[in-house]
Amino acid sequence: MGEVRLEIPARAAYLGLARQVVAAAAAVEPTFRDERIDALRIAVSEATTNAIEAHADLERNERIVIRCNLDDDQIEVEVLDQGTGFSPDDLEAMPAPDDPERLQREHGLGLPLMRVLADEAEILSGESGTAVRLVVYRAPRPDG
Amino acid sequence: MLFALDVTQCDGWSVVAVTGELELATAPRLRQQVVGLIGSGRSNVVIDLTGVDFIDSVGLGVIVGALKRARTHGGDLVVAGAVPRVRSLFEITRLDEIIGLYPDVAAALAVVDG
Repeated sequence: MGEVRLEIPARAAYLGLARQVVAAAAAVEPTFRDERIDALRIAVSEATTNAIEAHADLERNERIVIRCNLDDDQIEVEVLDQGTGFSPDDLEAMPAPDDPERLQREHGLGLPLMRVLADEAEILSGESGTAVRLVVYRAPRPDG
Repeated sequence: MLFALDVTQCDGWSVVAVTGELELATAPRLRQQVVGLIGSGRSNVVIDLTGVDFIDSVGLGVIVGALKRARTHGGDLVVAGAVPRVRSLFEITRLDEIIGLYPDVAAALAVVDG
């Protein structure tokens, strides 16, 4: 159906704008249920938060690019940053709720949430930046 | 919706009513508020999320940190009033297994004062 492209400064104050634009783009054609758009909003918020923090670590001023590709049956969102990248496979698993260590971990829920809420979540990360690709289907996964 | 915090005292508990979206831009304000309360000896805290229509992992993380701080100081922290879309994130992340979730502040206080 179309593509929407947004560039934002790598600042927390713009995070809400990113969510609003993606949710509004997804609602242009009212074929996606609200719960699917809600899932997309959260997943995009997580990816954009990571991008903002990746830039903040470097005190760089490059912008974060958010591309939203709208199709009849799915919405694909890419969040692109220019941080130093990371290895998603190296992140520690979150301790179980009954593990006393769980309360020591305030961070680390973003990637798991993206993977649960999006029907597809792909992370390509290298020294020149990270690209997160999120896809939400019009209907949820049968196991979702 | 503008982000706002409102603190009231009830039966020895500090009730922190949050309005707006709880995420990277706003969660530090909640952290600061709770740290201040606990630092002043008010270590029993209810976070009232009735007015929160969006939360993400940063907001959840601040609540986890606040819970840890409250318990470290001999108190506790519970969450009240989360709307279904907010509550579902506590369930997905299994935080509902370590944080008490109540339908509203009155229900929370009825149980914690038990």
